[in-house]
Amino acid sequence: MQRREGLAKLTGRERYVDDLVVEGCLWGATVRATVPRGRIEEIRFGEGFDWSAFVAVDHRDIPGPNVIALIERDQPVLAARDVRHVHEAVLLLAHPSRDTVRRAARAVQVVVDAEPAVLDFRVPPRPEQVQYGADNVLKHLHIEKGDVDRALADAPHVIEGVYETGAQEHVYLETQGMLAWFDGDVLVVKGSMQCPYYVLRALTHALARDERRVRVIQAPTGGGFGGKEEYPSTIALHTALLALKAGRPVKMIYDRGEDMAATTKRHPAWIRHRTGVDDDGGLLAQDIEVVIDGGAYVTLSPVVLSRAVIHAGGPYDCANVRIAGRAMLTNAVPFGAFRGFGAPQTQFATERHMDVIARALDMDPVDLRRRNLLRDGQTTSTGQIIRDGTDRVAVMERALVRSRYRERQAAHAAFNATHRTRRRGVGLATFYHGAGFTGSGEVTLRSVVHVAGWPDGRVEILSANIEMGQGTLTVFTQIAAARLGYVPDDIVVAEADTARVPDSGPTVASRTAMIVGRLIERACDDLRRQVGLDPDARGATVRAAIVRWHREHPGESLMGRSQYETPQDVSWDEQTYRGDAYGTFAWAAYVADVEVDLRTYATRVVDFTAVQEIGKVLHPTLARGQVQGGVVQGIGWALMEECRFEQGAMSNPQLTNYVIPTSDDVPPITVEFLENPYRHGAQGAKGLGELPIDGPAPAVLNAVAAATGADPRVIPLTPERLMALLESEIEAAPARAAGRGAA
Amino acid sequence: MSGGTETLLLSFTLNGTPVTVTVDVTERLLDVLRYRLGLTGTKEGCAEGECGACTVYLDGLPVDACLVPAYQVRQRGVTTIEALDPATLDTLLTEGATQCGACTPGVVMTARWIEEHPELLETHTLRELMAGNLCRCTGYDGIVDGVRRALDRRNAP
Repeated sequence: MQRREGLAKLTGRERYVDDLVVEGCLWGATVRATVPRGRIEEIRFGEGFDWSAFVAVDHRDIPGPNVIALIERDQPVLAARDVRHVHEAVLLLAHPSRDTVRRAARAVQVVVDAEPAVLDFRVPPRPEQVQYGADNVLKHLHIEKGDVDRALADAPHVIEGVYETGAQEHVYLETQGMLAWFDGDVLVVKGSMQCPYYVLRALTHALARDERRVRVIQAPTGGGFGGKEEYPSTIALHTALLALKAGRPVKMIYDRGEDMAATTKRHPAWIRHRTGVDDDGGLLAQDIEVVIDGGAYVTLSPVVLSRAVIHAGGPYDCANVRIAGRAMLTNAVPFGAFRGFGAPQTQFATERHMDVIARALDMDPVDLRRRNLLRDGQTTSTGQIIRDGTDRVAVMERALVRSRYRERQAAHAAFNATHRTRRRGVGLATFYHGAGFTGSGEVTLRSVVHVAGWPDGRVEILSANIEMGQGTLTVFTQIAAARLGYVPDDIVVAEADTARVPDSGPTVASRTAMIVGRLIERACDDLRRQVGLDPDARGATVRAAIVRWHREHPGESLMGRSQYETPQDVSWDEQTYRGDAYGTFAWAAYVADVEVDLRTYATRVVDFTAVQEIGKVLHPTLARGQVQGGVVQGIGWALMEECRFEQGAMSNPQLTNYVIPTSDDVPPITVEFLENPYRHGAQGAKGLGELPIDGPAPAVLNAVAAATGADPRVIPLTPERLMALLESEIEAAPARAAGRGAA
Repeated sequence: MSGGTETLLLSFTLNGTPVTVTVDVTERLLDVLRYRLGLTGTKEGCAEGECGACTVYLDGLPVDACLVPAYQVRQRGVTTIEALDPATLDTLLTEGATQCGACTPGVVMTARWIEEHPELLETHTLRELMAGNLCRCTGYDGIVDGVRRALDRRNAP
């Protein structure tokens, strides 16, 4: 089946929030602080504007508590006194002209008495910089398995490495935007978002309105990648506050510069590995320290850190593992959800470190991985026994064959021996991604899905999970159609409108197809049961029964329901971080082939192969697109996407100086799926959306290491960074050779 | 500094039909299309000519509507995504050229222009020709494959 809304998108008929026209609508804009930390002294309205023509909102206009409800209630909707980052929202303006309100916002000056800011998350804070707890640590997490100290002491080799990953900007092509208006007494907020119920909860809390007087509707969303997980609550509150005060509809659309500067990005990370290895490359102990930059408020950092540490060991068997993680408060604009949610950072370090270990032992990186990849019956760092029947070594071998890894390696050796200015290399990464919420997260969510039977026999899926490009509308349709024996055209997917759809959880964590898809199947089963049919009834029989039910129950609504139930075979201890961190993992092996130009230090990925086991492929075109898009986003993060920070905020918030890959920067991405159905996923599917961003960065940097002999450990590996690295290694080479000789 | 700006009466041909509209002298073609004429198929992605989401044809040549001052289209022809025949977009649909859809109208406009100027492929690769349209979802394979299949179909005897 074709993407359901595909033709509407291709023809430009799809209506995103900024395409909606509302009579009498005002445009909103945000006035922000200008220093990373301090106390607001004064707000000065500049000259040249008739300020009486504007609606202005500050913290005193917030009806309820001045917080954006999320994990912790520490982030204000609008700063009252304290400023924690440069782009902290202080004042909101609305006016009929978009141009005028944007210019006016720039004419308002927030005068702040500056206080000592924390701008480097890697350095412990001085006393005057402490703003959270005793040490600015937003969250500590600890995983312990076996006896790491002893194993390290006894290990014949201990190999250390420090790895760093930079922030990454989502660059969804549609910027953040929201529209708020009143329908009688009901505040309606419609816009670009991944999680309508997150927005609803933030609105009801800060506006002190009950759920019957607030309604949140997701508009078609032009990309999210996690960037529209938590941030939309902020812009929704801002737009709603303006609408409340103005008594008129208000639309707020960020331009690209504001969107890049003021919204969340991927958490920067610093990761140190100390690994004990035996002479054959067997992992004896992993001692891993993970530090992430949380930015100015708690937001989602604790859960990002959770996924980061759980994935930090990599898909390997190791009896002794310690992973210590902490998320640090800084006075940077808060970092947030981004596809992969911590796992790309830690798996970059792990996979780069595997190649560092291989080089130290003079081993083939493939053999090192073959030696250590998890076999069924072995356990992850949290003690989760892996027994899904997937042959992880075979996944890797398939990637090697499909990419012609060995042939490329041989050809590159010959090329590099003779070419004066170019170096070629292949790199491998083997990795995994746990789908769905971590640990007991899905149990807490208790997601609900409804499937309605209409009087004409059609069926409507009601869920809060949204389409943002990843294919929810299509895959949900497919799942329900297959379950009921319907044609896709007889399945309707409801708009994600909190006044109509139940809370099926957020559209995040690669959970939509796997977990919510399964709930749709069960709600379809319930619907069929309610009309008195056997579980194997399909197609025309179901349809006729639904029509008949309505004839017998005029005016009533027919609704199949399902709610998430914890699989019997999953257990997790949140206190000790022991147990089944995820219901299942998807497994992957990616191979990058690169060419480095020694004159420009530019790295070009010339070939890329992505092989993964994802349970069951629901829709080959959509699934392939997820992988190709994720890989290219990962290549961007690895080589070119650099958020430069000044005063804790991006100083390059433009697409002219924050560069993402174009079609000409990347090769065709070869994708292959292996299937081993997961019994708790819809049709056997595992989560897929995030997996493909975990592997490209280490695969690409391992390829650069193979090509140049360098040892890059920081991404993005821009030409400038590679130049510095290669030049320092040339300088260090004689000394190192001497040192080796002496040893 | 204040909001009161000079306006002008602008006449041009839009998708084959003459139109006349009052615009601010500083207004961009993108805003005139979207907010004055209601043609919201043309999207704003970056407002600085990097992403190509607002690609339209000006006298038959692809331009970024965010970089064109509206007054420059006086007495000229502008073609937007709304003028394209949906029936010709099937290869893009089947190959997965659209995901979130925000870049898509611009991608489609560039793709169609390449299809109508196949001689460009004698000197440029398809990936080079599509490099002015940023897409964050597809990784470009779906787009490139969709355009290539459309080109193949045109070339078929």
